[in-house]
Formats: sequence, C-alpha cells, structure tokens
Amino acid sequence: MTLAPETTDLKVQLQLDDSWFTVCDLNVLLPGRGVAALLPDGRQVALFRDRAGKLYAIDNRDPFGGAAVLSRGLTGSLQGRPFVASPLLKQRFDLETGECLDDETVRIATYEVRAA
Amino acid sequence: MTASPEATEATPTIVLVGHGMVGQRFLEALAERGLTATHRVVVLCEEPRPAYDRVALTSYFSGKTPEDLSMTDMEFIQAHGIELYVGDPAETVDREAKKVTAKSGQVFDYDVLVLATGSFPFVPPVPNKDATGCFVYRTIEDLLAIEEYAKNSTTGAVVGGGLLGLEAAGALKGLGLTSHIVEFAPRLMPVQVDEGGGAALLRTIEEMGLSVHTGVGTQEIVVDESGAVTGMKLSDGSELATDLVVFSAGVRPRDQLARDCGLTVGERGGITVDEQCRTVSDPSVFAIGECALAADGRVYGLVAPGYEQAETAAATIAADEAAFTGADLSTKLKLLGVDVASFGDAHGATEDCLDVVYSDSRAGLYKKLVIGRDGTLLGGILVGDAEAYGTLKAFTGSVPPVSPESLVLPAGAGESVQLGPSALPDDAIICSCNNVRKGTIRAAVTDHQCTTVPEVKKCTKAGTTCGSCVKVLGQLVNAELEASGVEVDKGLCGCFGQTREELYEIVLALRINTYQDLLDRYGRDEARGGDGCEICKPAVASIIASLAPTIGADVYVLDGEQAALQDSNDHFLANLQKNGSYSVVPRIPGGEITPEGLIVIGEIARDFGLYTKITGGQRIDMFGARVEQLPLIWTRLVDAGFESGHAYGKSLRTVKSCVGQTWCRYGVQDSVRMAIDLELRYRGLRSPHKLKSAVSGCARECAEAQSKDFGVIATSGGWNLYVGGNGGATPRHADLLAQDLSDAELIKLIDRFLMFYIRTADRLERTSTWLERIPGGLDHVRDVVVEDSLGICEELESLMANHVSHYRDEWADTINDPEKLARFVSFVNAPDTPDPVVGFVPERDQIKPDLPLLSIGIRPAEDVLEGTAQR
Repeated sequence: MTLAPETTDLKVQLQLDDSWFTVCDLNVLLPGRGVAALLPDGRQVALFRDRAGKLYAIDNRDPFGGAAVLSRGLTGSLQGRPFVASPLLKQRFDLETGECLDDETVRIATYEVRAA
Repeated sequence: MTASPEATEATPTIVLVGHGMVGQRFLEALAERGLTATHRVVVLCEEPRPAYDRVALTSYFSGKTPEDLSMTDMEFIQAHGIELYVGDPAETVDREAKKVTAKSGQVFDYDVLVLATGSFPFVPPVPNKDATGCFVYRTIEDLLAIEEYAKNSTTGAVVGGGLLGLEAAGALKGLGLTSHIVEFAPRLMPVQVDEGGGAALLRTIEEMGLSVHTGVGTQEIVVDESGAVTGMKLSDGSELATDLVVFSAGVRPRDQLARDCGLTVGERGGITVDEQCRTVSDPSVFAIGECALAADGRVYGLVAPGYEQAETAAATIAADEAAFTGADLSTKLKLLGVDVASFGDAHGATEDCLDVVYSDSRAGLYKKLVIGRDGTLLGGILVGDAEAYGTLKAFTGSVPPVSPESLVLPAGAGESVQLGPSALPDDAIICSCNNVRKGTIRAAVTDHQCTTVPEVKKCTKAGTTCGSCVKVLGQLVNAELEASGVEVDKGLCGCFGQTREELYEIVLALRINTYQDLLDRYGRDEARGGDGCEICKPAVASIIASLAPTIGADVYVLDGEQAALQDSNDHFLANLQKNGSYSVVPRIPGGEITPEGLIVIGEIARDFGLYTKITGGQRIDMFGARVEQLPLIWTRLVDAGFESGHAYGKSLRTVKSCVGQTWCRYGVQDSVRMAIDLELRYRGLRSPHKLKSAVSGCARECAEAQSKDFGVIATSGGWNLYVGGNGGATPRHADLLAQDLSDAELIKLIDRFLMFYIRTADRLERTSTWLERIPGGLDHVRDVVVEDSLGICEELESLMANHVSHYRDEWADTINDPEKLARFVSFVNAPDTPDPVVGFVPERDQIKPDLPLLSIGIRPAEDVLEGTAQR
C-alpha cells in the first residue's frame, strides 16, 4: 500500500483511561503483520494494520499458552471479521472484539487505537 | 453469587452436594430442561474452586493453568441464578426435616437433594502412609503440593500402575524426578489390558525411562527422623529409595454423608440407587457419578457414565422418562504418548469366545479382538496403535463385514483392510462419551444442514468430551456430504476455491508474483480485496518462494509483501518456543563439522546463555534466544561461516549421513560427500511441507535413509534412491525409485522428484502421504520422473536449476538490512526492553523456560477465582 507523503508523520496511539498513549510511527506497521508495545503499567499490546489501513489493538498474551506472542501471528479475515491466529497453537482471535473464534468461552482485551 | 429473584417459599429447591464434572453436567442438564427457572438451585462445593476438568488434570504439568482446566462458566451460573458456594462442603443431612447444613453453618431446605460427592483416593493401610512426602493424585491442590515438594526431590515413586498411576509417574518424570511405578498386579493397567497388552505397554513405558516394578506390593513407607519419606519397603523384601510417594491405587466412593443420614450403601461402598438414579432409601434424594452404586450393581469411575447419570437424574426430576441401566466401559487413552484402548468384552469373559491377536513387541504394538462363535465382534484391546478404535467399537456386537484378522494387521501387511465408518450401521455408537449414534450424525448433515465437523459437534455434542471420535466424525461428514450430492469443497481455504496444485499452476503459468494479485484475480468472490487468512498466506508464500527466480519474485522471503505472508517462524527465521523465546539452528551439511565450528557454536551458546541440544538431524539446536538477540546470534554465526539451517521452514531440513567409505570398514561410497552435496543443492528450497533426507554408505543403512522423504543408499555400483519415507507419528518405509545411479543421474532424478512433489502436493502434505494419495502412486511418479511420460522433466530440471543458482542465505540478508533488523525487538516502543514474560530457570546445568511466568499475564478480573493457590 502506498502512503501519501503527508500521512507519513502520523503516530499510532492507544486509548488508556482518558488519554492517548503514543506507541510508534504509523509506517512501522506492515499491513498484515503485527508489532508488540509495552504499556506504562506493564501490560503488553499487539497492534495490527490491515490491507485497508485499519488499525487494531488487542492484548498481546495468548490466553491458551500464556506467552506474549499474539503480535507475531498471521492475520486474515473470516466472513468479514478480521482476526489474528496465534503462532503457538493457531487459535484465532477477532481483532475487533477480542473473542476467540475457536473457543467462544475465551475473550481477550481490546484497545481503542487511532492514527493521529 | 446472586440468588434467583423469585426464590420464595413457594419455589421448590434442589440442593446439589458436590461440584465436580458430573455435578456441573447435572446443572447444565437442569438448565436445558428449564428447571433452573422453576427451582431454586443451591450447590455446595468442597474444593476451593468450581468444577474443573479432572480427566485432564495431568495437563497442568504441561503448562495448563487451573483456569484453563475450569469447566465452569460463571456467566452460566449467574444467568441461571444458581447459588454456588465454593469451599463450603455439606456436613450433615437431616432427611426428616429435609435440611442440609454446610460447613459454614448455613442451612438449606431442600425438596430434592442430589449427591455428587465423587470418590476419594484409596491409600493402602501401610505404616507411615501419611508421612511428609506422601501424596494422592486427585485434585488441583494435590498437584500443586506435589509440584512444590518435587522441587527438593530427586526420586519419586507411584503406588499403582493403573491409568492415573501412569499419568502421575509421567508427571513426576516431567518434573525432573527419576520415577518408579509399583504395581501389585502382574502387569500395568490390569483393568484395561491383558497380559500381552501389558507387556507391550511395559516395554514402551520402560523405554521412556520409567522404572516399573510389577507383582510387588508396598509394605511400609520408610521415613527419616524428621518424618519425611526416604524410601519404600516392598513385598519381595527389596527396598526402593525415594523422596516422594504418590498413592494412586484406585478410588472409593465418598458415601460418608449418605451413611451418616441413614441412606443405604453397598457392601463395598457406593450409595445404592435405582435406574432413575434415585436412592433406594429416599425418593427425595438422588446420587450420581462416582459416589453412586448404580442399578446394575456397579460403581462407575469414568466420566461418560457419570454424565449419563446426571442427565438421567435431571430428566427424572423434570418428570421425564429416563433410565441409567449400565454403561460401556470402553476407554481410549493416550498415556505418556502411547495409545491404549479397550472396549466391550476386552478380557474374553464370554463363553466360547476366541481371540485374534496381532503382537509386535519390537514396535510396542499389541492388538487383540475377542470374537464370538458366530463371528460377532465382542470386544478388544489395542496398545500402541488405537487408530481403529472408533470403527471397531462401533462394530462391537455385530459381525464385521470383513475377516477379523484383517482388522488388526498393520497397514501394508498383505491382508490388512481399512474399514471405513461408512460400513457402519446407523445405530452404531460413534461417540460413547455422549452416546451419539451414526444415524444422528448423518441426520445432522442431511436434516440440519451441518457441513463441517465443528457444526456437527455443536449440533450433536459428539466429539465434545474426549475427542477420540473426531476423526471418524470427519470421515462420516464428508461421506454424507458426497452421498447427498453436495460437492465437497476441495478448495485450499475460505479465500481460494482452488487446490494448492491448481494455485501452483496459475502462479507458474501466469508468472503471478504477489499474493494480493493472486487473491484479487483468482480468490473466491467474497475474499477478493480482503486480507486472506492464515492458511492461504503461507501456502501461497511457499509457492512464490519455490518459484521465485522463475516468476520474477525476490528470492529473499522477507522482501516486500512476502514478509507479511510468511508463517510466524519463517518471519523471524527461527523457531518459536512455548514461552515466546526462539531456537536457532545453523546448517551443518551432512552433519560434518570442524572442531572450530563446534567451538564457535559453544561460545555463542555460552555467551547468550542458550540451552543446547543435539538434534535428530545431526546438528545443534540453541534454545532460549529472545527476539532481539536473534540478529546478534546470526551475526556471530555468519561471521564464522555458518548460515541458516531453515529449521523453521517448510523446506529442506537436513541430509543426514553415516561416515561412509572414508572411515568405515564396510562403506562402499563416500556418503558424507554426497550428503553435503545434496544438502547444499537443495538448501532453502520451499516446499509444501518439510523435507528430510539421508545418505547411507552401505546397505547397513546407518543413516536411516529409508525413513526420509528422499533417501540414498550406496551400492557397489552407485546409488539407490528411495522416496516417500517418513518417521514421526505415521512411519513409512521409503519406496525404491531407481537403482545403481551415477552421481549425476542421482541428482537429476532427485531434482525432478522434488519439483514434481512441490508442484502437485497439497499444503502440508509430506511426500509419504502425497505418494499414497496421488492417482497411480509410486508407479505414476516413476513414469513421470524416470520415463518422462508427461514430457515435463526438462521444465522440472530447469526450475530446480533456477533455485540452486539463486540461493542466498536469509540470515545474512537480514543482518545486512537495517529496516528488517528494526523488526527484531520485543517492543516497538521500547526496543531495548526484553519481554518480561520470557524468563528461564536452571535445569541440569542449563536453562529451561520459566513456565510460571506465563501464567502471570493479565486476565479479566472475573477469571481470577478466590483461593487460587500461589504459583
């Protein structure tokens, strides 16, 4: 995807409580791949960008295996629902709701994210 | 916990004593029948946590947390207004006043009382049985205590060689202890298997490094002056030194509460109930699960009959008709990696029955079928390979359509027959945990429009408990779909309607070199313009990489769009391990390495604190690298002349070799040189699945070439080429493709073979399964690659030549690319901070992952239950 020159200064920001927390430059996010970010309180967030440029942020911890690796999973979409597949045992998580698509009893935290 | 709002005096109350697996199933059955809406439901649970999966208890030691094992959905409990009191067991029952008093002092009136108190582990009455260091194996709390005590122990012994005893012994071994099993009976798992099966099991268990003592009893636990265990005295006079003892000598029904309130119990324990699971003494009281003595005079210690009892009791309370008249004791387990199954009349108790036995103690296989005089299959035992369990069990009670011996012979042994589930009658039980018949599964497809296994599982509950029938479910669903004229979609995934082979042809013919282009032009309508999925992205990435030089794509797999398509391991050029760290494997062609090379690897591993292990492929794996350390490690390796070993890729792994003619007195060719040549020729070749190879210098076959995708064995006249071999879970001996080849002929043939495989195989299909699947099998492949029957050999060779001449080392490419290097950090906003979850603890003078760190992760507050023990 080609970025217009004026958008290259944009930052990726996460909503934490009432403020926006700046994570990285938007152009660091490769469409289809994730990165991990560390929050001030020690939580880890996985950030993704899809082909259309939309941003997503979910908890980075795989609730099945426990390792903080969801940012390293492969993304895709299932019937319009964007998801990431954990690199540990491949369970898929909805990037918008945090719901596990392979086990509806499991859900992980999601975050508001924007480019600004 | 909230009480249901309409809980008034007019609302009848059901009190459930015990919240284990059966108790939970009972609550679900109440809810399904609408009884939670019309009744106040009170649950008294003794353990500090609500119902969890006791069957999977041992998986705690393989990293499952207590929360993972939970079977209780708090939303379910709340939604149905169930009052659940955790850690508050029932103490007394007053049947006249219909009141239950809990330990906390709370008193509950009941209209219906259901006892699901389970069982307790039987501990033989030997001296010092309660000494420090003696444990039982029943609850999560027991496991936590064992884990803690094992930290200061070196040896552990398990009393009891049944199913749970073996699991416990495996767990002790996993905790790093030297483990012993002491079984009073003359064989392991005496209930499930016979002498022959026990022998096959014994051999396999001993090979895993567990010491087994059968035919001996425990006479005394030996303790030191502080009262801690130091050993055991056995009935044969010997003494076994051990720091820790786990009693796993069976269970007994917990019926004390019932005895105390005057309910009838059996001579050997168990609360006596009728076919409706109602106690024979009191129509208001039911008993279900392991505490109940069922109407057929048995106490069932398996979960499936317990579930059936739970359903029966709930149905009876709802005034529906139901009866529990007995259950099948068939079991299929994977114990320490060994399949063990028994079904029907496994021990041949039926009069005049006959056995059909296949036994191969070398391979740890034992299969016995019990056949009636009229040819009816009555039961059987399977050890080492229980693949046929689902079908055989379903045929039990009928005369199978083929001869019994053909059902136990291994695949490929002449008469063997793979009897598909389509041959089963409609009333054959497919899922015995949930009592689902074949007809119900077929109806799920034909009447309820289910088209996938997950849908059928949801619709019928089949396959949702132990999972052993899921494979048969898949076959039934496909057979049913095909029979009803539904075209079974053979497409790669939800994004592409083509098979992998068809996509390969499109990519090659049209020189398509990006995934997006392929998806937008050839994807399913609904997938075009989208993001693809985790199945097709790596599959297409592999096709593009295999053909890169030919179709004009970059051969570097992290170039441009390709980086986004790679499976996680390919993207980091290393192998992800369970705690989020990586392992690194440099290529050691043919397994030949100089002393300097060994020293460099040793120094790197030492400097980065890595765990090292020799792999099965004659190279060295270094574990425990954090993502930001990978480029630093590669730089050191590349500087010393090493390159990527592609241990992370679906690509050539290794070409093993024996030392060959140069040193060996028997060798007839230089197998090391040939192995190095082959490994360097095919290194980095992306393929549908991993590729392994080996070269042996003589017919003694020390390199085990016949278990490889392509294996080479030296002859006095040149080389023999074998293809389609496999080790692993489904071993297959390779087939001879051609004999007495010269060096050049050998390489030409392997070039063609590999490229033909890459062209026509399915995603993740090894050469062994590919060779069995493709029409014509080996003969067809020989026609194509030896006789050139399709006239494509020239193209296959040129594709391979392109790959060979364009090979570049991915590690070197990456460390020389600053933009790519920036991705190798734990955190994008804190590049210098390592991931705090990745930690290590010492083991045998090296490191291992610090697994408790993984359960520290932040979870939603409601998932954290009170009383969760410290880790």
